[in-house]
Amino acid sequence: MRPFDYTRAHAPADAVGAEARIIAGGTNLLDLMKLQVETPDRLIDINHVGLDRVERDGDGLRIGALVRNSDLAADPAVREGWPLLSKAILAGASAQIRNRATTGGNLMQRTRCYYFYDIDAPCNKREPGSGCGAIGGNNRQHAILGASDHCIATYPGDMAVAMSALDAVIEVEGPAGKREIRAADFHRLPGDTPQRDNELQSGEMILSVRLPAPLGGRQIYRKVRDRRSYAFALVSVAAVVVMEAGRMATARLAFGGVAHKPWRVPAAESLLTGQPPSPELFDRAADAVLAGARGQGHNDFKIPLLRRTLGAVLAEATQESK
Amino acid sequence: MDVTLTVNGAQHDLRLDDPRVSLLDALRQHLDLNGTKKGCDHGQCGACTVIVNGRRINSCLSLAVMHDGDEITTIEGIGTPDDLAPMQRAFIRHDGFQCGYCTPGQIVSATAMLEELRQGWPSQLSDDLKNPELTDEEIRERMSGNICRCSCYPNIVDAIRETAEGAA
Amino acid sequence: MSDPITVSLFHRMNFRDEENLLDRTVQGVISTPMDRPEGPLKVSGTATYADEDHPPGTVYGWLVRATITKGWVVGLNSRALRRMPGVLAVIRDERMIRNPAQGGDAKSPYQGPAEVFYKGQPIALVVAETFEQARDAATAAQAEYLDRSHKAVIVPAEAEYETPRGEQSSQGDLDRAMQEAAFSVDVEYTTPSMSHASMEPHAAVAWWQDGRLTVRGSYQMLNTNAQELADALGVSPKKVRILSQYVGGGFGSKLGISHEAVGAAIAAQKLGRPVAVALHRRQVFETTHRRSESRQRVRLACDAEGRMTAVGHEVWVSNLPGESFSEPVTQSTPFTWAGENRLIGHHIGRLNLNGAGSMRAPGEAIGVPVTEAAMDELAEAAGIDPVEFRLRNIPEVDPSSGKPFSNNRLAECIRRGAEKFGWADRPKQPGSRREGEWLIGMGMSAIIRVNMMGPSTARVTLNPDGTALVETDMTDIGTGSYSILTQIAAEMLGLPPEKVTTMLGDSDLPPSIGSGGSRGAASSGTSVMLAAKALRKKIAERMDCDPDDLTLKDGTAIAGNRQRSLSDLLAGDTLEGTGTIKPGLAEMHHRQASWGAEFCEVAVSSVTGEVHVRRLSGVFAAGRILNAKTARSQCLGGMIFGIGQALHEKVETDARDGNFVNRDLAEYHVPANLDVPHIDIELLMDDRDAYANPMRAKGIGELATCGTAAAIVSAIANATGHRFRHFPVTLDKVLEKLG
Repeated sequence: MRPFDYTRAHAPADAVGAEARIIAGGTNLLDLMKLQVETPDRLIDINHVGLDRVERDGDGLRIGALVRNSDLAADPAVREGWPLLSKAILAGASAQIRNRATTGGNLMQRTRCYYFYDIDAPCNKREPGSGCGAIGGNNRQHAILGASDHCIATYPGDMAVAMSALDAVIEVEGPAGKREIRAADFHRLPGDTPQRDNELQSGEMILSVRLPAPLGGRQIYRKVRDRRSYAFALVSVAAVVVMEAGRMATARLAFGGVAHKPWRVPAAESLLTGQPPSPELFDRAADAVLAGARGQGHNDFKIPLLRRTLGAVLAEATQESK
Repeated sequence: MDVTLTVNGAQHDLRLDDPRVSLLDALRQHLDLNGTKKGCDHGQCGACTVIVNGRRINSCLSLAVMHDGDEITTIEGIGTPDDLAPMQRAFIRHDGFQCGYCTPGQIVSATAMLEELRQGWPSQLSDDLKNPELTDEEIRERMSGNICRCSCYPNIVDAIRETAEGAA
Repeated sequence: MSDPITVSLFHRMNFRDEENLLDRTVQGVISTPMDRPEGPLKVSGTATYADEDHPPGTVYGWLVRATITKGWVVGLNSRALRRMPGVLAVIRDERMIRNPAQGGDAKSPYQGPAEVFYKGQPIALVVAETFEQARDAATAAQAEYLDRSHKAVIVPAEAEYETPRGEQSSQGDLDRAMQEAAFSVDVEYTTPSMSHASMEPHAAVAWWQDGRLTVRGSYQMLNTNAQELADALGVSPKKVRILSQYVGGGFGSKLGISHEAVGAAIAAQKLGRPVAVALHRRQVFETTHRRSESRQRVRLACDAEGRMTAVGHEVWVSNLPGESFSEPVTQSTPFTWAGENRLIGHHIGRLNLNGAGSMRAPGEAIGVPVTEAAMDELAEAAGIDPVEFRLRNIPEVDPSSGKPFSNNRLAECIRRGAEKFGWADRPKQPGSRREGEWLIGMGMSAIIRVNMMGPSTARVTLNPDGTALVETDMTDIGTGSYSILTQIAAEMLGLPPEKVTTMLGDSDLPPSIGSGGSRGAASSGTSVMLAAKALRKKIAERMDCDPDDLTLKDGTAIAGNRQRSLSDLLAGDTLEGTGTIKPGLAEMHHRQASWGAEFCEVAVSSVTGEVHVRRLSGVFAAGRILNAKTARSQCLGGMIFGIGQALHEKVETDARDGNFVNRDLAEYHVPANLDVPHIDIELLMDDRDAYANPMRAKGIGELATCGTAAAIVSAIANATGHRFRHFPVTLDKVLEKLG
């Protein structure tokens, strides 16, 4: 860990526009700083700026950026109206980490790519222009969708996958004022600038996440991984399906562990919407999701794994009664 | 940099020359509270679990300076060899440890876990997200943030269940 | 206080034990599930591990890793590093070591930090005033290399293999037996490199005082560790003291001294200050030993009645150039199953990866899962139930040597285990049982681990107040040494265990074999028993009776109708007994092993290929069980190690440069709590092995892991109808077969 200056912010205004790395829960940033993957000169601690409430927002909710993962998952309104979000959060990390990690910080979580984590290895995300160690290397955990020749890393989190499916909106504030970014658009594809994980601009800070009105229906988050708990997703599927008269009136899908961002495919959702459920239809939806999917060798299995998991999740979500 | 930590009820005024000191290293090296263990230093094992303001966290993934004014409970605050807490006694009775290195973290974690359960917090196994019960599977899931390589997990689950039932 | 009255007893294990003393003592402590005496310290965080309780003025060291795979270090930016805040020294010393010592080496491992043999090898030590400064400075280290990485051998398939003559054997004609057999299997399995991943990272705190070095470290075999460290430093072993009162797990990774001990000792010498070097978790993974990967060809054959005619087991393992350790994968193959045609082959390749060494049950831990999984395949080929098939093939004597077994409870373990588990309910047809998306299957394995002993000495002091002190340099790495040694002394001396204090983990104490190879309990336990037996003789003298007629219970000596309290009898004297046990002919003329059987039920997702272990149970026989609670815990730990081995654990090596890419606990997946179901364990409490030692006890610390993975993969085969021969069975492999 490189030396840094530490200051504590007392209001969001202290942090917005500051030339410093923001630290909230610190569960990912400190992890990376210890390995010198991250080497900020200045840290500004926002744990005492407020923004730690879950509040009603019309029919929806406004979640402060400092709301801890545990609090968000256990929030009665979230459990009742947006159970997908609770389930996704609870599928991630450990209780200890969820107690510390924040809503904003979790959105900012960086990839788990082995080569990103190793300062002696090439990594275009960590050190632009140095190459990608994972291409041709050990890439079991890596992206099958939306990757580039520069980076095949995945976004490793769970919460944002649910937020993407739920059409959440992220409210940020920067020197130029406040703006909103759809959760589904918050994370980027790597392209030739993999060093940028998301659309947040320099000096901007996440203030809150807004959830639109509850969708109801069946909400399922299925996370497939190498051990039953405390492991990152190989593939995760977030699904919200509202059935009406034997047809899918609403179908929302998002996928984790497969791309540099939570993966959402409107075409797949449209395919399902208004249709009666069937394995053939689920398979066509999977075709749409997996359009352009490409394995890197060790992660080829993620392509059939996503297809199968999606089929099982949709079958469960469209069951008439449990 | 002055940092005041209330650890196990006692106030400590620390002068830290370096903001890089983790909460874990502050406890171990600056306050000589070695009960909190360093297993991975990256939030991947749970050996460093402490309770901060009522919540269990990984003390390795926090800077000491971030905890100025916080109340911290470490294993030393749970019970001493002469005055063990019921959870500690249950760990001994059920042999919920072998080498003992992850044990303080397990016990601190379990203590806080039961409180989380009492407050009705769900886990990934709580299907309807409501009224989770203290089943063995729930204990296993909620304790999965504490790795034990000696692999006393079944004994740990027994110790926790017995403690919870004793307290009910 | 007057000098103690000393007495000693030496015993070489040449013959069977005829005395069976521990079945004749009456204190009733031995074998009981006594709580660990050190428990209150461990559960309260007051037991002291290596990187704790630093002497005043301690400074911190951090090792610098090589960023090439092979070559030489020709320069380091030491001057720049020395200018960094707090830096006290940048040490590159010829005495630094390439890899940890192997268990029992008693001499320094390969020395010299200039030549690089594997990526991540420590090449320097940076010492600074604070931990944070040392970590930062070491990370800023930049070495210049003469880089020969392109000549490194990373992948086993590209290694050149040596075939040590002494490790091959053959009898009968295996090829012919395979051709003529009614049923046979000829299968190749692989097991990956694995890592011990003990929870306490390797650490050493070193300080010199009056020319003598003290190191508090995390080590398993203190007597040889002190010799290794002394040899590395070029000092007399008398000048080195190692303290390891509590060891946060070892599993073989702390059998020999490692980089941190040598580095801390050299730095402390140079600086004249105590130096603490704790390995970062990533360094633990990449610089301490791994368990070698293996390729194993197994050929088994039987006749139409399921009687085995052939057993062939050939293995390919690896290590660094020049390392003598070679995972003894076939160790129990020669004697476990019948068959007159046999072949053992052993090949060792040289790789530029971190050194390979002993990990919990070296040999059987990866050999038995493979031969047992192959046994399951042969049973299936022969159309015989795997339990029945095994029961038909337990040999009367060691079929390779013709030696009798000291005892063999395998059949009983299998029968008892099958009954308890409900084996009769196993799906007869693979892939036939389903619960929703989950395919259900059951599997079993025989469990075998050779029994060994090593020279050990202990001292037991009987104090005038009737309390006793047990002292030996034995370690307790979670195994229960504190418990069993206390119980043995208490049982022998007729004392309640709370009257006995056991001091371990100090190389200044009488030398034991240490913890390794499941020898610790039998070896150090016997030394304590002998020391106490020597004391019994003295007590008998004072009672004026024959030692055979002496009864000791609750602090009272009884002979005939006379009884006196021990404190009365001691009359202010202190009695000091020393016991020494050495292995002898008994292990040459009888085949000794611990035995068991394990049964497993798995659920395999037909959607994702995920495997959940739903039930696991085991029955074990290891001679006299010294503490029913700690022995059971050892079995639990071994079985859960087996879950990791079967389903999760693998060192991921980048084939291009040998980098250990998943070198942390987030990506090297040891089982978490939720991966482990309820586990049922039964110990055959009546078992005794008179050829093992006078306690008639055998090793149990490693036994339970020797086959667990076979029970699991056989259960997966039963659930899915597919064989998985490459460990670990991760979901991608299952998915490929599910179709």
